[in-house]
Amino acid sequence: MFAKEDRLAKWHIGIAMAALFIGGSLGPLQKLEHVGINLYPALSNIGLKSYYQGLTIHAVLNALVWTTFFITGFFTFALPRSLNRPLKYPRLNAAGLILMVVGLVVAAVPILLNLATVLYTFYPPLKAHAAFYIGLTLVVIGSWVCGYGFYFTYGDWRKAHPGERTPLIAFGALITMVLWQIATLGVAAELLWLVIPWSLGLVETIDPQLSRTFFWFFGHPLVYFWLLPAYVSWYFMVPKQAGGKLFSDHLARLVFWMFLVLSTPVGFHHQFVDPGVDAKWKAFHAILTYSVFLPSMITAFTVIASLEIGARNRGGKGLLGWVRALPWDDPSYTAQNLAMILFAFGGISGLTNASFNMNMTVHNTSWVPGHFHLTVGSAVTLTFFGISYWLVPKLAGKPLWNRKVALAQAWTWFVGMLLMSNALHILGLNFGVPRRTMLGVAPYASPDWDPFLIESAIGGIILGISGLLFYVNMLGTVFSKATLSEPIEMPVAEPLDPTPAPVWLDSWRPWLALAVVLILIAYGPVLYEMITNIQLTSPGFRVW
Amino acid sequence: MMHIDRHEKIFIIVSILLLVVFATTLGVMAFAHGYQVPEPEMVVDPRTVATPGFSPFAEPGLREVGPNEYEAYILAQTWAFLPREIRVPAGSTVTFYVTSKDVQHGFRLENTNVNMMVLPGHVAKLKATFDKPGTYNFVCHEYCGIGHQTMYGTLVVEP
Ligand code: HEM
Ligand SMILES: [Cu+2]
Ligand SMILES: [Cu+2]
Repeated sequence: MFAKEDRLAKWHIGIAMAALFIGGSLGPLQKLEHVGINLYPALSNIGLKSYYQGLTIHAVLNALVWTTFFITGFFTFALPRSLNRPLKYPRLNAAGLILMVVGLVVAAVPILLNLATVLYTFYPPLKAHAAFYIGLTLVVIGSWVCGYGFYFTYGDWRKAHPGERTPLIAFGALITMVLWQIATLGVAAELLWLVIPWSLGLVETIDPQLSRTFFWFFGHPLVYFWLLPAYVSWYFMVPKQAGGKLFSDHLARLVFWMFLVLSTPVGFHHQFVDPGVDAKWKAFHAILTYSVFLPSMITAFTVIASLEIGARNRGGKGLLGWVRALPWDDPSYTAQNLAMILFAFGGISGLTNASFNMNMTVHNTSWVPGHFHLTVGSAVTLTFFGISYWLVPKLAGKPLWNRKVALAQAWTWFVGMLLMSNALHILGLNFGVPRRTMLGVAPYASPDWDPFLIESAIGGIILGISGLLFYVNMLGTVFSKATLSEPIEMPVAEPLDPTPAPVWLDSWRPWLALAVVLILIAYGPVLYEMITNIQLTSPGFRVW
Repeated sequence: MMHIDRHEKIFIIVSILLLVVFATTLGVMAFAHGYQVPEPEMVVDPRTVATPGFSPFAEPGLREVGPNEYEAYILAQTWAFLPREIRVPAGSTVTFYVTSKDVQHGFRLENTNVNMMVLPGHVAKLKATFDKPGTYNFVCHEYCGIGHQTMYGTLVVEP
């Protein structure tokens, strides 16, 4: 029934994994450079010109390509199954994929030719080759088109099922795609209005502060675009894998709506120390930032309660003893549970980033990569690994190559990430070590940093090994000769209380309206002022 | 009606209270204590900012504006701060004015709360008091091209 969907999903996920393979390989190299082992000169033969070109590749491929392609692929697989109907226009979704791939290639060429060593934030007036920006834009537009394919399919489902509640997995997927649609308006404005005409030479100058503001309008909800697919799995799939039920259908829905509403009007928490943004707007975004922690707190409770149901069904006893009864022998489960634990640490360090005074200490220090390797680099990535441990066998029609290797992969990621992120946090907080810097040759580097640089390099190497274990398993699965003894089904958790959610928890209008109003309040006046006083005074620079 | 389990309801209420406490602390610090973050101070044209007569950054350096009161005008460019070194006596209060004449840079002064983005077109401003003699690095923390890792300067607090 879902042959077309599965074929598309295979492409999305295959490309995502290839991207992470290349991008991820650069991670350990960066860590080695920081402890004085510079392998970049050796790599210049294969065209890698500098640490910073490598860092651009690492972040673009990992944070933008791996995530986006995996998410669209996962939803192409899961949304039609959740609605129990095929995609309405599979050709539209195929067109979306093709746009994404074309965009990826167009952006990759200048990156590989060292014409776009501007890191994944591409802050103007650093000026890359226009193809870089055009390629990124095409990737985003392609992902929108995939989203439209989902909306049409959902529209038909809605007509056929009036009065019913949207099945949960589809519900979470749709909100994620709409959130992405809103978020990317910021980067679309930046690229289409300011950056692309300037990089093509149609205009001479650009406004760096306005560009940054558009970027972070996009940049914060971007992190929820990464996280919500993991939440889809944690809420609506993992409880089933643990033998339990979803503790609260109603709260789960509320949480997704809260993310849609709250994740955009908080972008200034990335710009607390920007010179061109008024302090009262920074404070306003800071306060809203606290509110966006609430849905994650609710998630912690609901997901743990759901897992507890599973563990007790499996014979778990005691106040905390039930934890041992969780399916720790299942790599898909284990990877995702470890991802949740790392996310808890990431949440704490995020709470710190969000406050004015702590932010002054840690802004742009290695605390920040410490934080986001716990979140996107672990909560999200390790969850996607966990999903892959059932999804790839399902798509390939082959059993997972090796369960023990998969378990080892999950645990080594966990340990490696604890070491690396712990050290990065300390280096940032205690020593103010700057982020995205070739520390191995920085003249101001202090010997006091060494123990922590070494700790994080060891973490980075363990992570590299863990990544290899993942790829060995994926390739082993895809090329295995074995066949599945029994078919694999998508895990779908039942709600504990089957009472349907109230209608307001399944209606788009009020929530979308609220999201728009909050965005207008939080961004309207500032953007109006910046745009009316636009400062087109910066020519472009190619300084790499 | 929406259904919420009793324990979860308590948990949610406690979470909200905690977040309100955090947000209030933040608000109090931001307003009552006059906690400083950079704010729109002055705009300049990066194309002429280093040209004499167009801006104070054409002659970057330290200016004494009162007893133990200084203003430091610092121009960031790939890949150096001008001036590279600043000397003040212990007990001084220094207001830093920093801008860039090319790409984005960062400015973070060790052991202080001075941490700001340095954008072409804007002047970033923060103030700090230096009681303890010593040498403090100010480091560029924003990627600014191939020489980014070499970009820093020092503030010497003399006894
Ligand atoms: C093999 C595991 C990994 C290692 C050892 C690693 C290592 C690093 C290091 C050392 C940096 C900082 C470089 C610097 O500040 O100069 C970095 C940056 C970064 N990493 Fe990773 N990483 C790994 C995996 C990932 C994953 C899975 C993701 C996301 C899905 C990711 C996303 C990023 C991003 C977005 C940056 C920021 C680049 C920037 O600030 O411009 N990394 N990584
Ligand atoms: Cu953010
Ligand atoms: Cu720099």
